[in-house]
Amino acid sequence: MTLAGHYNYWVAIFLMMTGFYVVISRGNLIKKLIGLNLFTTSVFILYISLGKVTGGTAPIAAPGVTLYSNPLPHVLILTAIVVGVATTAVGLALVVRIHESYGTIEEDEIRLRDESL
Amino acid sequence: MELLIDIVLLTFLAITALAISHVRKLFCAIMLASIFSLLCACLFVTMDAVDVAFTEAAVGTGIAGILMLGALRLTETREKRPPHQPWLALLVVCTTGAVLIYGTADLPAYGDPAAPIHQHVAPRYISQSQQEVGPPNFVTSVLASYRGFDTLGETLVIFTAGVSVVALLGFRSLRQFLRNRRRPSVMADHLVLRIVAKMFIPLILLFALYVQFHGDYGPGGGFQAGVIFASALILYTLTYGLAKALQVLPPRILYLLAAGGVLLYGGTGWLCVLRGGHFLDYRALASDPLVGQHLGILLIEAGVGMTVFAVMVLMFFAFSSRKEPQS
Amino acid sequence: MNLLPLLPVLLPLLCAPLCLLVRGATTVWALTCACTLACFASSLLLAQSLWHGGAALPYALGNWPAPWGIVYHIDALAVLLLLIVTGIAAVTLPYARRSVAQEIQPRDIPLFYALLLICLTGLLGIVSTGDAFNLYVFLELSSLSSYALIGLGQRRRALTAAFQYLVMGTIGATFILIGIGLLYSQTGTLNIADLAGRIAAIPEAAYGHRTLITAFAFLTVGISLKLALFPLHLWLPNAYSYAPSVVTVFLAATATKVAVYMLLRVCFSVLGNRFVFEQLTLGKILLLPSLAGIVIASLVAIFQYDIKRMLAYSSVAQIGYMTLGISLNSEAALTASIVHLFNHALMKGALFMVMGAVMYRAGSVYLNDFRGLGQRMPWTMAAFVLGGLSLIGVPGTAGFVSKWLLVQAALQHRWWPVVLVILLGSLLAVIYIWRVVETAYFNPLHEIEHGTAEAPPSLLVPLWLLVGANLYFGFDAAWPLQLAQQAATVLRGGL
Repeated sequence: MTLAGHYNYWVAIFLMMTGFYVVISRGNLIKKLIGLNLFTTSVFILYISLGKVTGGTAPIAAPGVTLYSNPLPHVLILTAIVVGVATTAVGLALVVRIHESYGTIEEDEIRLRDESL
Repeated sequence: MELLIDIVLLTFLAITALAISHVRKLFCAIMLASIFSLLCACLFVTMDAVDVAFTEAAVGTGIAGILMLGALRLTETREKRPPHQPWLALLVVCTTGAVLIYGTADLPAYGDPAAPIHQHVAPRYISQSQQEVGPPNFVTSVLASYRGFDTLGETLVIFTAGVSVVALLGFRSLRQFLRNRRRPSVMADHLVLRIVAKMFIPLILLFALYVQFHGDYGPGGGFQAGVIFASALILYTLTYGLAKALQVLPPRILYLLAAGGVLLYGGTGWLCVLRGGHFLDYRALASDPLVGQHLGILLIEAGVGMTVFAVMVLMFFAFSSRKEPQS
Repeated sequence: MNLLPLLPVLLPLLCAPLCLLVRGATTVWALTCACTLACFASSLLLAQSLWHGGAALPYALGNWPAPWGIVYHIDALAVLLLLIVTGIAAVTLPYARRSVAQEIQPRDIPLFYALLLICLTGLLGIVSTGDAFNLYVFLELSSLSSYALIGLGQRRRALTAAFQYLVMGTIGATFILIGIGLLYSQTGTLNIADLAGRIAAIPEAAYGHRTLITAFAFLTVGISLKLALFPLHLWLPNAYSYAPSVVTVFLAATATKVAVYMLLRVCFSVLGNRFVFEQLTLGKILLLPSLAGIVIASLVAIFQYDIKRMLAYSSVAQIGYMTLGISLNSEAALTASIVHLFNHALMKGALFMVMGAVMYRAGSVYLNDFRGLGQRMPWTMAAFVLGGLSLIGVPGTAGFVSKWLLVQAALQHRWWPVVLVILLGSLLAVIYIWRVVETAYFNPLHEIEHGTAEAPPSLLVPLWLLVGANLYFGFDAAWPLQLAQQAATVLRGGL
C-alpha cells in the first residue's frame, strides 16, 4: 500500500468526508446542497481513479497506441454527473420556494417558524 | 511528471473543499464550488477521462454554478454562524471515513494495469468495439450502444429535473414580463457586452454542433453539446433580457423539444423492435450492422442533445423569471 | 424475441413525455390511466409465464449479452414486485382524478401526471433490471420524481419535507454508488449474476475481502436510508404527511417495498447469504433496529393527532416487520417477509386512500375532523375499519397471514422475545386504530358541520377494490404465498 498507489483514494475519501460533513453539520440549505455536490463529485474522483492505467491514454482509438485507460468507469460517471446536477437543480428549486414561504433558508429558523404555528 | 500534477491538483482540491466548509458568504462558497468542479475536470484529464472532464466542466461548473447563483439571487447571501460545535456530525464523518479507508486498503494501486477491472469486461470494449459498433471513441460506443439503456434512463432523469423545476417554480411572471416588453434589460446599455455577445453566440452555436457530431471521434456527444447550446442562449438572455429570450424561444417550444428528445431516443429503440431486433439493437436499423449502429447512435445523440438543451434553458428561465423577494 | 419483460418499464417511460405534449387535464389523466392499466396487464402476463416454477425471464437490451450489455432478469421476486407496483398504480389512477384536481394547481396537473409516470418507470426499472448501475440510475429516477411530487403538496411544510427527503435520499443513493463502485473494483463487472459468481470466488481473508465488507456496509446503509429503517427513518413521517394524497397512496404502497427488494437482492443475489449472514452476521445487526422500529414507531403513532402522520409512523413499524423477517435468516421467515411486502401494500394503500377521501371532503385529516364521520361517510370509514383490522392482523384479513407466518418462523427458532415484540406491535396498532374508530363512530355530533358528505364513487370504488383484495387475500392467500415461496427458494439458493 504505497503512498503513490493510494494517494488518489485517500484524498478522494477526504473530499467525500468534507462534503458529507458540510451536508450534515450546516443549517443553511444552499450550503447543504453545495456540500452534497462536493460529496458526489468526490465519489466520481474515486471511480475515475480506479479506471486509470499507467502508461495508457484516453480511450479513443488512435494509431500507434496499444494501452488505453478503462472506458467503463467513464461511462458510469458521465451518467452520475448528470444525475447529480439534476438533483442539485431540484434541490435549488425547493430552496427558492422554501425561502418564499418561510422567509429564511436556515434550518433552525424554519423549525422555529413551523413550531410557532 | 504526471504524478506530480496529480498530487498538486488533489492538494488544491482538498484546500478548496476546506475553504467551502469554512466560508460563510454564500457567493464565495458557490464560486469555490465552481472552482472545485473545474479542478476536478483538470484532474479527470490527467486521469485520461477526457469525456468526463468535458462534461464535468460544462455541467458541474457551468450549469450547477448558474443555477446556484440564480437561487442565491432569490434567497439570502450569508450563512448564519452555527450556534454550537457539531460534534456528532464530526463523529459520524470520521467513522465513515475510517470505514472507507479500511475498505480501500485492498484496492489495487492507482494505475495498476493488472487490476481486476481491466481484465474482465473492458477488454472487449477496447479491442472489439470498433468492429462491432464503429466509433473510435470507446466511451461513446459503450454509452450509446452497449449500455444505451442507461443513457436513456439518464435522459429521462434530465427530463424529470426539468419537469420538476417547472412544476415547483413555474413561469408565473411570464405574462408580466411580456407585458413590460418596453423595459430594457439591465445589461442592454453595456455596448461592449452586446457586441461581444453578438459575435460569440454564433460561434458558440457552431461549436456546439461540432461537439454534437464529433462525439464519435473525440470527446463530446449529446450531453456536452446540449449544454453548450444552452449556454449560448443563456448568454443571449443575460445580455438582452429575459423578455426577448422568451420571444425567441417560448416555453411551449422548449416543452416540445424536451419531450421530443426523450421520445426520439425511445422511438429509435422502438424502431429497432419493429424491424425485428431487440430494443435499442441498432443493427436492425440497416442491412449493414455497422451502418445501423452509426445511424442509431446519431439519432439517440440527437435526442439527448435536444432534451438536455431544452431542459437547461427551461430551468434557467424558471429561475430567472421568478420574482425577487421584497427586502 | 419476446418484448414482454421490458414492457412494464417501457410503457410509462414513453408516456411520461407525452403528458407534456397533450392538452387538457382529463386527457392527460386518461392517458396515464391507460398506461398504468397496460403495465398491470403486462405484469400479469409475466406472472403467468413464471407460474409454477418457471425459469427467470431474461431480456438483453441492445442484444448485447451480459456482462457487456444491460440484461433484464425477471424472476419470482421481481414479478411479485412488478405486480404490487403496477397493481397499486392501476388502482390509484382512477382514484387520482378528483383528488388531484382538488389538491394540485390546474397548470401543474399534466406535470404531476408526468412525474407520477416517471416515478412508476423508476420503481419498475429497479425491480426488473439485472445490472447494478442500471439499478442506481432508475433508483435516482424514482427518487427525483418523488422529491418533486412531495414538494407539490399544499402546505409549505411539504417543501421542507421534500428537501429533507432530497438530502437524505441523495446521501443514501451516493452510499449505494460507493458500494457499487467498490464491488466493481474487485470484480470488473456490473451484472448482478456475474457479480455473484465473481464475489463467491474471492475467499475469506483473501486480498480484496475488506473491500467487499465495506461495499456491503455502504450498500446496506444506503438502502436502509431509502427503506426508512429505524433510526434512518426521519424523512418518512414528514414526507408522507405533507405530500398530496395521491402521492402518499402511491409512495407508501410502493417505494419502501422496492427498497426492501433492493436489500434482498444485495444480500442474497449479489453477496450470497453464506457471506452476509454467516460471516457478517447481518441477522444480528438487523434485528435490533427492526425490533426497535416496530415498538418505538408504533408508540409514537399513538400520540399523533395528524392521522396521515400516524399512518406514516405505522408504516415505519411495518417496515420493521419486513426487515425482521429478513434478519431471522430462515426460508419461512423470508417467505413471511415477502408476503408482508404484498400485504402491506394493500393495507397502507387502502388506509391512505381513506385519508385522501376524507381530505377531499373535509379538507384536513386531524383527529377532530373524524368526529361523526362514521355516520356521514359510512363507506369510507368502514373501509378504514377493515384496513385497520388488517394492520392489526386480525384473522380473516391479509395482515393476519403475514404476521402469522412471521410468528411461526420465530417460533421455529424458539425466539420468544421476537414473538412478544410482534404481538406487542399488534397491540399498539389496536390502540392507534381504535382512537380513530372511536372518534368516527362514538363521538356525538354537536354542531352542524358543512360539506362532509360521502366520498364520490371515483374515490370509493378503487378504495374498496383494495379493501376487497385485503379480505380476499386474508381468506385465500394461495397465490401470493406461492410466489413468495418461489422467490424465497430462489434467493436462498442463489440466482
